[in-house]
Amino acid sequence: MALRLSRLIQTPMLTRGYPLVVAKEKSEEKAHTKSALQKKTTTKIPRAQYGGRNAVTMLPGGGIGPELMKYVRDVFHFAGVPIDFEVIDIDPSTEGNDDLDYAITSIKRNGVAIKGNIETKSEELGAVSRNVALRNELDLYVNVLHCKSYPGIATRHPNIDVIIVRQNTEGEYAMLEHESVPGVVESMKVVTDENAERVARFAFEYAKNNGRKKVTTIHKANIMKLSDGLFLEVSKRVAKDYPNLEHNNMIIDNCCMQLVSNPYQFDVMNMTNLYGTIVSNVLCGLSGGAGLYSGRNYGDHYAIFEPGTRNTGTAIAGKNIANPIAMLNSAVDMLVHLGHNDHAQVISEAIYQTISEDNLRTPDIGGTASSTDVIENIMKVLSKKRVHWQHGVIRNPERKSKLKLNFLKAKNLARKIQRCDNRYYSGCPNSIR
Amino acid sequence: MALVSRICARTLLQASASSTARSLHTTPAPQQQQAPIEGAKRTTCTLIPGDGVGPEIVYSLQEVFKAADVPVDFETYFLSEVNPILSAKLEDVTSSIMKNKVCIKGILATPDYSVEGELQTLNMKLRNELDLYANVVHVRSLPGVKTRHKNIDCVIIREQTEGEYSALEHESVPGIVECLKIITAKKSMRIAKFAFDYATKNNRKKVTAVHKANIMKLGDGLFLKCVEEMSKLYPRIHFEKMIVDNTTMQLVSNPNQFDVMVTPNLYGNIIDNIASGLVGGAGVVAGASYSAETVVFEPGARHTFAQAVGKNVANPTAMLLCGAKLLRHINLHSYSDVIVNAITKVLEQGKVRTKDLGGQSTTQDFTKAVIYNLH
Repeated sequence: MALRLSRLIQTPMLTRGYPLVVAKEKSEEKAHTKSALQKKTTTKIPRAQYGGRNAVTMLPGGGIGPELMKYVRDVFHFAGVPIDFEVIDIDPSTEGNDDLDYAITSIKRNGVAIKGNIETKSEELGAVSRNVALRNELDLYVNVLHCKSYPGIATRHPNIDVIIVRQNTEGEYAMLEHESVPGVVESMKVVTDENAERVARFAFEYAKNNGRKKVTTIHKANIMKLSDGLFLEVSKRVAKDYPNLEHNNMIIDNCCMQLVSNPYQFDVMNMTNLYGTIVSNVLCGLSGGAGLYSGRNYGDHYAIFEPGTRNTGTAIAGKNIANPIAMLNSAVDMLVHLGHNDHAQVISEAIYQTISEDNLRTPDIGGTASSTDVIENIMKVLSKKRVHWQHGVIRNPERKSKLKLNFLKAKNLARKIQRCDNRYYSGCPNSIR
Repeated sequence: MALVSRICARTLLQASASSTARSLHTTPAPQQQQAPIEGAKRTTCTLIPGDGVGPEIVYSLQEVFKAADVPVDFETYFLSEVNPILSAKLEDVTSSIMKNKVCIKGILATPDYSVEGELQTLNMKLRNELDLYANVVHVRSLPGVKTRHKNIDCVIIREQTEGEYSALEHESVPGIVECLKIITAKKSMRIAKFAFDYATKNNRKKVTAVHKANIMKLGDGLFLKCVEEMSKLYPRIHFEKMIVDNTTMQLVSNPNQFDVMVTPNLYGNIIDNIASGLVGGAGVVAGASYSAETVVFEPGARHTFAQAVGKNVANPTAMLLCGAKLLRHINLHSYSDVIVNAITKVLEQGKVRTKDLGGQSTTQDFTKAVIYNLH
């Protein structure tokens, strides 16, 4: 039954959940089914790296996004990071999606993006959340959030170290809703074998490569026996390939309770889309709030880095109190992804020193400093050890991106991220490693 | 046999001479380590003085860098095709560039006739070895340089690892020589993307593809098709195409219409030279060659100016601008601006001008004038 269901909904990934593009096509009366944008994914686009400098798309988004991005640019400029940003502002007030289409094209060109949260003002029926559209269009099927407490920040539970691996493109976010009879709305939750396996593989590979012990699959298979059942079934199947890792599962409601009472029992968590967003918010709330942690979205071809919990922060925009750490951390993730390890290391060291040693924090994590104070201090720390040009690292410019098996893809990706994490934390003192 | 013995002798000589040769040609300016400025680590850059007046203008660059306290050290290699005995080994040079990822290079002379029957020139070998596929020449009117056209500002991006420069020539029947021009979709896409990304990064509005697809329907046709396809990814940049012969005419009659131009190998070379001629010649135009990992900065129009060697008359502006571009590339913007401003000031004042710009000053005078204007 589960299999039949999944076959039924195997429409192409890209056309699903992106009705705006389809709608536009119809209005333009084009004969072909795929939009021009989607066709372009078929040709392999060369990497945007020239003379050791990378081009990266920057989507500041709404709310505090623009100010945080300015800090990122300032720090990068100061530290001499060889990144050229292509900044694309998406005007939240417009109804059309031209800017968003352009942003997606730009990410396809550059391969990598850093983004704030993009506002979707429109309440219109056809309007999709722009963030979701972005993820679906680029097939960023996994979201990784590494929640690791910074010492010195007062929280209820110290020393949390949990990794959340979340399915990012389907599940409850499939955006298939309809009113079959007036007053009755049906909303579809889509779980596919293929995507569930990709995520599970990713979680297990990640756990294996980072010396983690346990993977917990979060679900609600007692109620949603088919959809979450499939997700759970797939993760159990994948777990068999990793005999050295412990695998257990937990129902989402219990999981939330366990998280707030005893978060230390979790190591790597694997879950569907909606549960992922809830759990990551719970966890970030437990260990310092929305302003600290970075989230990484990976697909087979593209990567987007953004703050871990996706909040726009419109209320505190322009007040100089927004916490710049989350965005800086995602910028560091991006640097590691691109292979600029020296720069990533000095910046993450500076962030760590500012928060945990110099005790300069914004109000949301119990400090009194303003955003600019924090940034100034980071720059002060950086001024002692910044790198202008990275020498002596000869990297392979052509990374293998086309591997046929899901298995290998996940393995590759997880390895890349492992490198990322090793570098990320190698700069910090042992105490937080 | 004679050939073999000559090659043997040459390699032997090269091996023994390379160490002494390098010390002969190392940087004339003493390189003392300076205290780090603003906490910046010092950057090492590979330096290839090249043939002709190369060593003289490179010396000028080093003087200016020294005077501006630029935190850059040079690793000098004398590389030459016309002077193989003194030349460093290509492997050494390429590994140095791979390590440093930045290089400043003078022009390497290429003899018209190959002595050893080899078709690839040293320049081509270096480019292929490092995969320096994109050559960028920013042609810009300089203040104080009298030219026929004003306010020229265009960028020529040239594919330089395939096309006519594939070094595949043979004489199939005596008296008939076939020369292969290779165009591949992969490299054409790559250069097209480079051009559009360059345009995006530098806020340029238009990219012109230069081709001769009406005659070479397959070869240039493929190139053109690739650029056209890539242009669809850049909806905010205007794309147009122009046949190379028309382009050359348009360049000399109305050069202001051009913004970014993307060309295959040989056309790029010709257009580089035309455009450089429009703004004051080989002595004032800087260029750069990019691979994914490395970048080599060299004068835009490749002339060794061998007749002026030792006469102290060459214009070092091109090389100084290369240096400024290098500094910009490695995130030392303030130093770069200082040097560019100094050059602009000297050219604007027009008191110190080298022979090619209608003056009587020497290379040394010009260098001194730039240094005087640094602060």
